[in-house]
Amino acid sequence: MTAPRSTSSSPASSAAGSPEPDPVDSQPNATPTDSDPKIAEYAHPRRLVGTEWLAKHLDDPTVKVVESDEDVLLYDTGHIPGAVKVDWHTELNDPVTRDYLDSAAFAKLMSDKGIGRDDTIVVYGDKSNWWAAYALWVFSLFGHADVRLLDGGRAKWQAEGRELTTEQPEVEPTEYPVVQRDDSAIRAFRSDVEAHLVKKAPLIDVRSPQEYTGERTHMPDYPEEGALRGGHIPGAQSVPWAKAANDDGTFKSRSELAALYSDEKGLAPGDDVIAYCRIGERSSHTWFVLSHLLGFERVRNYDGSWTEWGNAVRVPIVTGDEPGDPAAARR
Amino acid sequence: MSVPAGLQEIADDFAALGNNDRLQLLLDFSRELPALPQRYADHPQLLEPVPECQSPIFLLTEVAGTGPEAVVRLYFSAPEEAPTTRGFAGILHEGLDGLSAEEVLAVPPDFPLRLSLESAVSPLRLRGMSGMLARIQRQVREKSTATTA
Repeated sequence: MTAPRSTSSSPASSAAGSPEPDPVDSQPNATPTDSDPKIAEYAHPRRLVGTEWLAKHLDDPTVKVVESDEDVLLYDTGHIPGAVKVDWHTELNDPVTRDYLDSAAFAKLMSDKGIGRDDTIVVYGDKSNWWAAYALWVFSLFGHADVRLLDGGRAKWQAEGRELTTEQPEVEPTEYPVVQRDDSAIRAFRSDVEAHLVKKAPLIDVRSPQEYTGERTHMPDYPEEGALRGGHIPGAQSVPWAKAANDDGTFKSRSELAALYSDEKGLAPGDDVIAYCRIGERSSHTWFVLSHLLGFERVRNYDGSWTEWGNAVRVPIVTGDEPGDPAAARR
Repeated sequence: MSVPAGLQEIADDFAALGNNDRLQLLLDFSRELPALPQRYADHPQLLEPVPECQSPIFLLTEVAGTGPEAVVRLYFSAPEEAPTTRGFAGILHEGLDGLSAEEVLAVPPDFPLRLSLESAVSPLRLRGMSGMLARIQRQVREKSTATTA
């Protein structure tokens, strides 16, 4: 898409008032929603909790807190009381295939962490919840119904002077069922992105502007994770993930987010959207925003992202500020 | 190429542990990383950034004199929120600080992969430590062979 569409003229905008039901609502458990007015505005308010809510629910036996950070040791320096650690490198990725863990491994991971299938999971982490959003997205591939993010993540909890402990929680293994992982709804592969180009469906590049234009092949501080070529997927619009976050790591309000993605970029809640970044972690953050805070019905995260696309053979790219024409790229 | 005795001892300590204890040992190294001396804390621009690490870290070497026997001192600056990176720095500090230029330059570039940390920490994260080691060695090579003006 080259020209931003007005949301009011889009037939899909009718979906804005009645978004697709969130799975968490179809299998409601007893864990209440955070009634904070900012959170109540979001499309799926059960997907986000504030620090105050979490502090009040730490003793709730059906609320399981998970810390997921970029730094594998940060949890061990002190974590929210009762929280368990889930590491994206060593626990969520398959060690051999570039993929996530399989159904049996996921069931074992959840059991080892003391998490039951009906439990409410609250995930938080460093770096404005990048890795926490990534963990939430992976948990969602396995259809864990009630998984929520802590607004503001680790930094906000800490900034508020709330308790952190190095005490390891007592974990009671659970009987987590082996459930089929379903990639179809929220995960995009390279072939899906190629099909997306043909349809000229919206793609969102959430990397830094320098990565988007091709000036850099990696994030400013991550030179080892680059790609052979710099640029973006033809037709992709640039919306750096951080635009969805406030300085303290909390999410912007629903109206601010709608202004950013719909008014500015022309996305409508009924659109079929694919988001990508470098390896799929920052785009998990954007996936969360579009799916759960704005209620978009069909958002997929392309976790192969630029490390795959930027290195793949016979795959077109575009450099510079403009999205470029996805159709021209096919010739 | 050979690993200095002190550094080898650290590698042996990690090898003897299970993954959870390896992380705890790495955390100990992160806590033991000495703070920057005031002369550098006041002038952080003198330190070299290590962009291979996922978290910001800066390092500086001092080489007393020139030649293979010149004594090397190491200084690091990394935030508390980056304990893994601090842990890597702590290992290098503990194992290399005070050694001769020759000994520091003899450390094989793949030393980080000999710490038995691949499964506990992941190879990708260990690349940050390789970046620190390469930068330390480059600085030491330059400084120990510099001709005095």
